[in-house]
Amino acid sequence: MLGADMEAGTLVEWLKQPGDALKRGDIIAVVETQKGAIEIEVFQAGVLERLVAKPGEKLPVGALMATFAGEGETAIMPAGPPPPPLKPPTLPSPAPTMPRPAPAAGARVRASPAARKRAGELGFDLAGLTGSGPDGAVTLADVEARSGARPPALAAPGAQLAMRQAIGAAMTRSKREIPHYYLSTTVDFHGATAWLEAANRDRPVTDRLLYGVLLLKAVALALKQAPEFNGYWSDGGFRPSVPIHIGVAISLRQGGLIAPAIHDADGKPLDQLMREFRDLVRRARSGGLRSSELSDATITVTSLGEQGVDTVFPVIYPPQVAMIGFGTPAERPWASAGQVVARRLLTASLAADHRVSDGHRGARFLAAIGNLLQAPEQL
Amino acid sequence: MTEAEVRAAIFRALAGVAPEVEPDTIDPKASLRDQIDIDSMDFLNFVIALHEMLRVDIPEVDYPKLASIDRCIAYLSAKLRA
Repeated sequence: MLGADMEAGTLVEWLKQPGDALKRGDIIAVVETQKGAIEIEVFQAGVLERLVAKPGEKLPVGALMATFAGEGETAIMPAGPPPPPLKPPTLPSPAPTMPRPAPAAGARVRASPAARKRAGELGFDLAGLTGSGPDGAVTLADVEARSGARPPALAAPGAQLAMRQAIGAAMTRSKREIPHYYLSTTVDFHGATAWLEAANRDRPVTDRLLYGVLLLKAVALALKQAPEFNGYWSDGGFRPSVPIHIGVAISLRQGGLIAPAIHDADGKPLDQLMREFRDLVRRARSGGLRSSELSDATITVTSLGEQGVDTVFPVIYPPQVAMIGFGTPAERPWASAGQVVARRLLTASLAADHRVSDGHRGARFLAAIGNLLQAPEQL
Repeated sequence: MTEAEVRAAIFRALAGVAPEVEPDTIDPKASLRDQIDIDSMDFLNFVIALHEMLRVDIPEVDYPKLASIDRCIAYLSAKLRA
């Protein structure tokens, strides 16, 4: 899902014009891919020179999209797979979500940003809508007016098939190329749960934390002492990453999943992580993930707690080298100081790449995650 | 606010997280989570949407009282009267 699996995308529209001054992170184009529409960002500052690709054109990964006069002339390409962490000029990879009821070739719905945002929040697609704004643009009022109506939620079967193929390709590559090993451990999650309940008691609903953010933060902090799990396998070797970008596996309503990254998760306070996590899930499910989010993850975390799963046996997303899974927190018997007590417990598991690390280091990494979760107030 | 209006608000909030849901197919007495594939993030967004539409405060400890449509209506109606 992370760049390993995208083969091509179709340019939907340019959002910038030749002559526009761009800064790093600006969104210049929208590309429709196997996983829905993604926003293509630029990786360095400069001036957009010439648009090479045309809307409606199908582009293979790595194709030249536009030329770019910047500090050092570069070309901008779309979807280049294994995220070269240190190489700025190429654009990244795969895609998000919500396969939309295919808009007519290249036609993107005109909509105000507020309308788009609200539609995203409500989880419905603007495709096919004609609004009351200029040139039929969809306005916020149009979205509100329709919000009670049936949104077109079900993905086109073709889009679902494309996503399934993309996942299949990445996972096949993973199982073929990565010598996985697996470890799991039981974490005492009792104190963290109590801490979270107390923290949420004083918070308005919009600021409440889900336990998942504690897990993300604990993994991010544990990675600082376990660099061999954070990075990529490429060109026959391990490329560790200093930044810690946690990919979060998000299931999509119409089936399939995607694992966009929360950037620099180790340095963000829980409140900020929660806001970004919410925003990421919303955009994953309604469209609007950014190219960097889909190519930058240096490790992935999956939590199948909602489904009552005890233990997850993760399949690593190439070119990453590790993945952490969490099962359902549940009250279980727990022996402590000669007593058996009921505690809320959680299984944490690790799948890691044997070309890079061994079980001994993996065990220490898992233990570090467990230890960090014993002091949630310090996360 | 009438019961019908509260009900409509609940389904609007639900449509935000689970757009595929047909209100007519939901058994109002049965657990929402048993009928709709929603996770804790969806449920949080559902509660936030209710909070924003109805301006009621919904503490986390009250989440079990929102388990079904009927229970949502009863809980929110009581809150709105208070």
